[in-house]
Amino acid sequence: MRAPAGVRDFDPADMTVRVGAGTPVTELDTALAEGGQRANLPVTPGATVGGVLAVGRDDVHALGRGRLRDALLEAVYVADDGRLVTAGGPTVKNVSGFDLCRVLVGSLGTLGLVGEVILRTWPRPMSEQWLVGPSDPVELRRVLYRPSSILWDGQTSWVHLEGHASDVESEAELARSLGCEPTNGPPPFPAYRVSSGAVENGGLSGSYLVQIGTGVAYVSEPVLATDPAPAVVALHRRLKSEFDPRGRLNPGRDPLVAA
Amino acid sequence: MKFRKADPLMQDLRRVLPSDRVRAAPLERSIMGRDASIFEGGRAGPVCFPISTEEVQGCVDAARRHGRAVVPRGAGTGLAGGAVPLEEPVVVVTTKMNQLVSVDADQRVAWVQPGMINLDLSRALAPHGLHFAPDPSSQQVCSLGGNVGTNAGGPHCLAHGVTSAHVLAVEVVLMSGEAMVLGNPNGWTPGLDLRGAYVGSEGMMGITTAIAVRLTPDPPAVQTLLLAFDSVDAAAQTVSAVIANGIVPAAIEMMDNNIIRAVEEFVGAGFPTDAAAVVIVEVDGLPGGVAEEADRVMEMATARGGSVRRAADDQERALLWKGRKSAFGAIARIKPNYYLHDTVVPRTRLAEVMNRVYEIVEEHELQVMNVFHAGDGNLHPMLLFDRREPGIMPRVHAAGAAIIEASLAVGGVLSGEHGIGMEKRDFMPLMFSEADLDAQARLRRAFDPEEMANPGKVLPTGASCADVNALDKVPEGVWG
Repeated sequence: MRAPAGVRDFDPADMTVRVGAGTPVTELDTALAEGGQRANLPVTPGATVGGVLAVGRDDVHALGRGRLRDALLEAVYVADDGRLVTAGGPTVKNVSGFDLCRVLVGSLGTLGLVGEVILRTWPRPMSEQWLVGPSDPVELRRVLYRPSSILWDGQTSWVHLEGHASDVESEAELARSLGCEPTNGPPPFPAYRVSSGAVENGGLSGSYLVQIGTGVAYVSEPVLATDPAPAVVALHRRLKSEFDPRGRLNPGRDPLVAA
Repeated sequence: MKFRKADPLMQDLRRVLPSDRVRAAPLERSIMGRDASIFEGGRAGPVCFPISTEEVQGCVDAARRHGRAVVPRGAGTGLAGGAVPLEEPVVVVTTKMNQLVSVDADQRVAWVQPGMINLDLSRALAPHGLHFAPDPSSQQVCSLGGNVGTNAGGPHCLAHGVTSAHVLAVEVVLMSGEAMVLGNPNGWTPGLDLRGAYVGSEGMMGITTAIAVRLTPDPPAVQTLLLAFDSVDAAAQTVSAVIANGIVPAAIEMMDNNIIRAVEEFVGAGFPTDAAAVVIVEVDGLPGGVAEEADRVMEMATARGGSVRRAADDQERALLWKGRKSAFGAIARIKPNYYLHDTVVPRTRLAEVMNRVYEIVEEHELQVMNVFHAGDGNLHPMLLFDRREPGIMPRVHAAGAAIIEASLAVGGVLSGEHGIGMEKRDFMPLMFSEADLDAQARLRRAFDPEEMANPGKVLPTGASCADVNALDKVPEGVWG
């Protein structure tokens, strides 16, 4: 089944865009760029807006730009019984009722089939720069003012700076003083997403990349996640059975089992 | 109902808490019957002041054994009636759980107890060069648990986001008595974002007993501008132009002529009393971007006929913000009562809706003042009145309803930061279909299957199949 596609209702002055969930994220990014803006979604070639939201992985710049879970303002989805449900609201600020959008992000399609969404958009940065070096990521974070990304593989740090050209230049100077040099972009991400606690606990067999400040790490070999608390598992089960009592939505997938 | 010492519920609660922290005297129950909203006539049952998660669990267990609902309460500063107790529930007040538990400056996270006051947290973080970004106007008195309950905002949420974006994890006690941590203080944990579902649930999913908050570094540079316009339209167009041109200031606040004059008499912040509207714009960040953005904002204001003033130093900057934040004190000199509204409209429709608000107020022969978060499109019309005037309340409520309808008509929402509570519960069907409300009720039931946490709020009756505790209507005398 494929969700509706196409970018509609984009006004840069509102900093919101209404888009069909089947729209490729690259197409959305191109449309937003024409208005000088972007959304906090990873721009993965071949991926759709709905797919990216269902998987719930943050963009590489989430440290400075914000989390994917905060990008979704409104979602129209088909519930398990075929009814159309609107979650959230169209404006950049909204506390009308319970926040269904948060649980849809990262739900792997197990709670409803998302058809159309309204996303928050942001201005594109004027200037940006990646740097790389053997620097301590905690030190980089302490010294730099709100870098948009810091990645760390246990030995090397990658840092992304963005904003006004003169600020990027002065921050890059600080990063250079800590041992970083300009580079073209971030390294490839290992396949599996885990809580960054898995890296801190040690004992990983393959390589890893920590997305500093987001609580997320990517690892090359799957690791068994620490079992969540039984009360949290029970709450997940109750939520799933409230939204999909007959188990019709993406059977077999469980957001608690990380991938 | 009177609660005597022999009352079995009181006896059970006193097994959990020392007697000075379980109270049922008429005065205390009467105080806890209200919050900062206009609702009167709520009825509190026993009032509990726990100091630990275990004590909160004990209170919840005791209430459950006696089939009694539970209303969590922080500082009681809510404006939508969310903490007003209905039908004598057990009220669990978290004000004595007010400690800063831990700060990790490197990881930018602090664990706090829910009763801690918002501003006290930022004061405690100042030596680290960090702060908690959400800054509701009530930040000197509101609690962080309450901020989580309403997903609170504030002037500086435009660039930095509302409470939900600054809460990494919450420890909660559900109505089953179980305590658990939702989310992860590191920032992510596998599974559904239960943390995000819980933030903004207005006490209807459980009781917050600890919060892991994300800390924001203090900006190296700040500039504060005061823009004055001779029409509301020009002010609103400038706000839209700033955003459309790729600038997201830390804050954009608008005040109309009525409130400018009231504030100026009250604090003398130097606001031009002949302006139709003033806009306070604050840009923060690194010095290069701040200087350039401030210059461009001033150009855009001048191009639309505005006059501009740049705060020369921290003292002048503080004075401008004092003017903005004293608005509520200033109006007390004009009328004894006010009803503060809270809707959001698309930023591009601001001027149109404000003009409609002026018409509505005139139709109902009331006075209005507007001071609000223009950058977010978050309107706060304040209706001024004297409660003693015969026949005034129906007019106040009719004008409020018309403002809500005007906001929804242009694609807006019911509430931007105060929440739904009792105030807007019965307006929910204007924004949401039956299926939408049913989905929200299901989310709530996953947390609270028996619907014993703060019943009767947010969702109108009929939104839920199991409405054992929901009320058909707001009880007699609750509307003030």
